[in-house]
Amino acid sequence: MNRPKLHAARLSDPGRFVLVMILLAGLLAAGLVLNANIGSVPIPPGQVFRLVWQSLRCGAANLLTGGKYAEELSQILWGSTESQILFGIRLPRLLLAAVLGGALSVSGYLLQVFFRNPIAGPFVLGISSGAKMVVGITLIFLAPALGPLNPLSLVLAAFAGSLVITAFVLLFSQTVRSMSMLLVIGIMVGYLCGAVTDFCITFATEYQVVNLTNWAMGSFSGANWETVRTALALCLPGTAAAMLLSKPISAYALGEGYAQSMGVRIKPFRVALILLSSLLSACVTALAGPISFVGIAVPHITRSLLKSSRPLFVLPAVFLSGAVFCVFCDLIARTVFSPTELAIGTVTSAFGAPVVIWMMVQRRRAQEG
Amino acid sequence: MAAYLKTEDLAVGYNGQPLIRDICFSLEKGKVLTLIGPNGAGKSTILKTLTRQLSALHGAVWLDGRALRDWAPRPLAQRMAVLLTDRVRPELMTCAEVVAMGRYPYTGLLGRLSEADAAMVDRALALVHAQELAGRDFATLSDGQRQRVLLARALCQEPEILVLDEPTAYLDIRHKIELLELLRKLAREQKLTVLLSLHELDLAVKSSALLLCVQGDKIAAFGPPEQILSEELIQQLYGLGPGAYNPLFGSVELAGPAGDPKVFVVAGGGCGIPCYRALQKQGLPFATGILFENDIDCQVARSLTGAVVTAPAFEPMGPDQYAQAAALLERCELVLDAGGPIGSLNHLNQRLLDLAREKQIPVRRAQR
Repeated sequence: MNRPKLHAARLSDPGRFVLVMILLAGLLAAGLVLNANIGSVPIPPGQVFRLVWQSLRCGAANLLTGGKYAEELSQILWGSTESQILFGIRLPRLLLAAVLGGALSVSGYLLQVFFRNPIAGPFVLGISSGAKMVVGITLIFLAPALGPLNPLSLVLAAFAGSLVITAFVLLFSQTVRSMSMLLVIGIMVGYLCGAVTDFCITFATEYQVVNLTNWAMGSFSGANWETVRTALALCLPGTAAAMLLSKPISAYALGEGYAQSMGVRIKPFRVALILLSSLLSACVTALAGPISFVGIAVPHITRSLLKSSRPLFVLPAVFLSGAVFCVFCDLIARTVFSPTELAIGTVTSAFGAPVVIWMMVQRRRAQEG
Repeated sequence: MAAYLKTEDLAVGYNGQPLIRDICFSLEKGKVLTLIGPNGAGKSTILKTLTRQLSALHGAVWLDGRALRDWAPRPLAQRMAVLLTDRVRPELMTCAEVVAMGRYPYTGLLGRLSEADAAMVDRALALVHAQELAGRDFATLSDGQRQRVLLARALCQEPEILVLDEPTAYLDIRHKIELLELLRKLAREQKLTVLLSLHELDLAVKSSALLLCVQGDKIAAFGPPEQILSEELIQQLYGLGPGAYNPLFGSVELAGPAGDPKVFVVAGGGCGIPCYRALQKQGLPFATGILFENDIDCQVARSLTGAVVTAPAFEPMGPDQYAQAAALLERCELVLDAGGPIGSLNHLNQRLLDLAREKQIPVRRAQR
């Protein structure tokens, strides 16, 4: 009876994983409650819980009885100022922040797996900027012709942009082996896309510019239940699909040659990584604008917390810590200079960039030591 | 017995450019085949083609009776494991986790290890004597320890054929020997087929049933080492000068000092070798004699100098050899007495020392 324990202890530490997950879930719950609570109209936590509980119960009853409780439900949801603020503004916003924060972190993690380098991320490689460019073009030139666009079509536009830029970066990564050169290329591509976006803005109407600028600065303020649904429908399956890749991801950590020798089909695997990563980051860019540094900083913090790189542990933890990170960043963006809102990118950069610098210094030290 | 791995007119190379053509060999189950050859000769290219990292440009490879390219990844991975020269730097992985990756072709969708899998990890670590490393972070290991853990990973894959690209790089001499011993043992006892490339010629000759000599664009020779290896083959393979390789010992010698002999070494019975090496390191050309042809000194002396006076074995030395040696000795500035045993068959060596004293050539006794 002693043997199984012996093996298990050596191979991994599920205890630590469970601990980290509980910690993160607690933080997320606290962040969600704080976010619902704080604002120009404070809603006490007790009332938040009551409203959410009532709406859930009533909603379930409504579903089961086939719509008998519809009136009561709408009374709970929209009956008071507080409930209108909670269900119309704060709840979709914090849910969007949580889901997209998680998605962005997973996207960054997948890119790091792909490039086998911890400083890869959708933002530094210019992929977010590419998505932004295509979304900008869509908003300026296609929206007048097609009428108002739903979130899904924006995501598709961003996805197309992400894939174009990823293909471009990959093309260079064939010839440029050094990671620093790849980053320089990514940053240059980012500027190039920025220039194209700015060029398009010059020809946009004033109304469009306001819209676009708001979006391009990055914010969760545009959240409504439709965007939340779109985000959930894309990001959760995307993350689940990433979980299914966790076995080849762990083999890939030993290098392409070893992974191939163990039975990983390298090409389909790499394509899957890129598609998933682009899809997730495209979701974020389309629904909340470009958000910087989350994709690099969060996976690094998570790995340090877990002290393990087992993808089966790392992936859910990365999603959860990304959610925590963005929920708190959004809280700060919303409240610190209230009523003026900061761009979410401002806050994530302020917290994320130092983490990246710290990580680079640490790695350098580890290499020298 | 049918060949487990076989190539027919195989051509290998990068980007459609063939580097080596007409590779034909066959390897039976439980045999060890070693690829030798100079740097850049294409040993790794051949191994990469045989492990499907590169596609064959021409010809065919057969594994276990089936064309290599027809194997699906998973069944192939259950039969063939590799040890590569790639630098592996996984972050935050323990050695046990690295070794457990070897179970990849056996585990399910999420890669969960069964009890049997975990036991296999322990067994593989024990085989390479790395149990104590199990819990260590792989990134903190020395190069030699890493190599052993990676070998354990390959063995954990329970392959029928193991392909190793320069597995002894980074290993110290003890671990080199241990590694090759282990491979031979696995080949003998578990019928593991082993294909490896080595830089150490002596170890290759002594450890493998078959050698494949890779030279630039062709295969110079293939077969059992005792049949194919000659001094000429090695000289041609590596572009070496005469005397650099001794096929009898399978050992390698550095070039001897050139020029007219300045020191005469009176040697025999193995005492001369340290003197020869010392003179070689100081760059002093030397002559030596009189040595019986079966003397161990004779083998080394012939690699290091042309001026060796020899006598047929098991016969007393004769006046001819003495005259030859005396002529060489008289032209030298110093005589070294290596301190070898002098008996009734080689008493002429004593006469040589006496002659030196007579001619007022300084005689030094080699220090042991």
